[in-house]
Amino acid sequence: MYINSHLHHYQGTEQQHLAWIVVPQLLLALPFVIALGVYIIAAIRSNPDKPWPLNRIVYWCIGVTSAVLAITGPLASLAHTNFAAHMLSHLLLGMFAPLLMVMAAPMTLLLKTLSTPLARRLTRMLKSWPSRLLTHPIFTTCLNIGGLWLLYTTNLYSLMHEHIVLYLLIHVHIFIAGYLYTLSFLYIDPVFHRFSFVYRSIVLIISLAGHGILSKIIYVQPPSGVSLDQAKVGGMLMYYGGDMIDLVLIIILCSHWFRSTRPRMVWHPN
Amino acid sequence: MNHYMYSKRNAWSGVLFGIGAVAFIDETVFHQLLHWHHFYDKSTTNIGLVSDGLFHAFSWFATIGGLFMYADLRRRSALVRARWWGGFLVGAGGFQLYDGLIQHKLMRIHQIRYVENVILYDMVWNILAACMLLVGFILVYRTRSSQGAGKAYSNVH
Repeated sequence: MYINSHLHHYQGTEQQHLAWIVVPQLLLALPFVIALGVYIIAAIRSNPDKPWPLNRIVYWCIGVTSAVLAITGPLASLAHTNFAAHMLSHLLLGMFAPLLMVMAAPMTLLLKTLSTPLARRLTRMLKSWPSRLLTHPIFTTCLNIGGLWLLYTTNLYSLMHEHIVLYLLIHVHIFIAGYLYTLSFLYIDPVFHRFSFVYRSIVLIISLAGHGILSKIIYVQPPSGVSLDQAKVGGMLMYYGGDMIDLVLIIILCSHWFRSTRPRMVWHPN
Repeated sequence: MNHYMYSKRNAWSGVLFGIGAVAFIDETVFHQLLHWHHFYDKSTTNIGLVSDGLFHAFSWFATIGGLFMYADLRRRSALVRARWWGGFLVGAGGFQLYDGLIQHKLMRIHQIRYVENVILYDMVWNILAACMLLVGFILVYRTRSSQGAGKAYSNVH
């Protein structure tokens, strides 16, 4: 109700339309478009003898496209008034796009493309304590799942639709938190501070539970400004949509365990 | 030889997949297809919601993890079918009994079905669970690798 009445008054004037639809969509989409271009150029220019795998380029393209679909165009506009559309855009921006972009291994590509001194400097950065913190599964869980709890159980959700800076910050946070979260569980790019499979599995289960519990809470206690009917659809979308993406996450994690524990041929010299 | 080394993994792979299978059947058949119980029950307490969420996440992980462990045992020719099925029944029966007694009755997360004589459904559910658990334990017990064999192997090693 709150958000609907708010929407009516900005749809009236051209200036409001510019402020609420065009500017945030352009600002949010621009980094993704740049990321797409840089990745493709790097993939083409990387070692011609050993071409960069095509499937990774495809992952990156689909990942970037789904992030852009989530923050621009009809879905993003509808997400201001329709909670289910909002939830779909969050699934795309916070879970699906990060998963595919992590699977595309951009850091490996960057290290291959940069000159040796620059690559060394980047490696040193990746080994530093801030990056150790940013790739710690418990930290990324707090950042990602904790952020969602803050957004949907306080009045941050309705405030986000009133203050454009807050709207931008929250959307940037959702993507970055989702990306770091995926990165901290799936070691596809080089991660210098590694945790065992059991450790990551336990933290992953707890964080997935946090996501599932929150979606059921949204189902009964709508975020401020959302009707009960819309909250029900949104909550179920978050629960089952989350399950589908978690399925891929778990399969990749388990297949890494499967590969790492493979029996090695032992040669017995007689 | 591999059978002794991976005896535990046989049982655990079965237990994990058993938990996941029951949770999956519960979700797809009783909730999605038959609509016997609800996504959320108004009488659910907070602790019930936390327990349900943790179990859902765990069983989702266990289904996939259990299958990867099964594939690992096959690869090592270390699969003991009877022991794996024993583990499966322990996991399936154990989870179903926990769900039926603790989650349905104690925490009141949801009922099996919203009808008058729900006690009948509860009895079928829990007795079936107890039977699976019992048969599972017997199978796991009978397929255990004897201590002597395990020790003999480790001495050789």
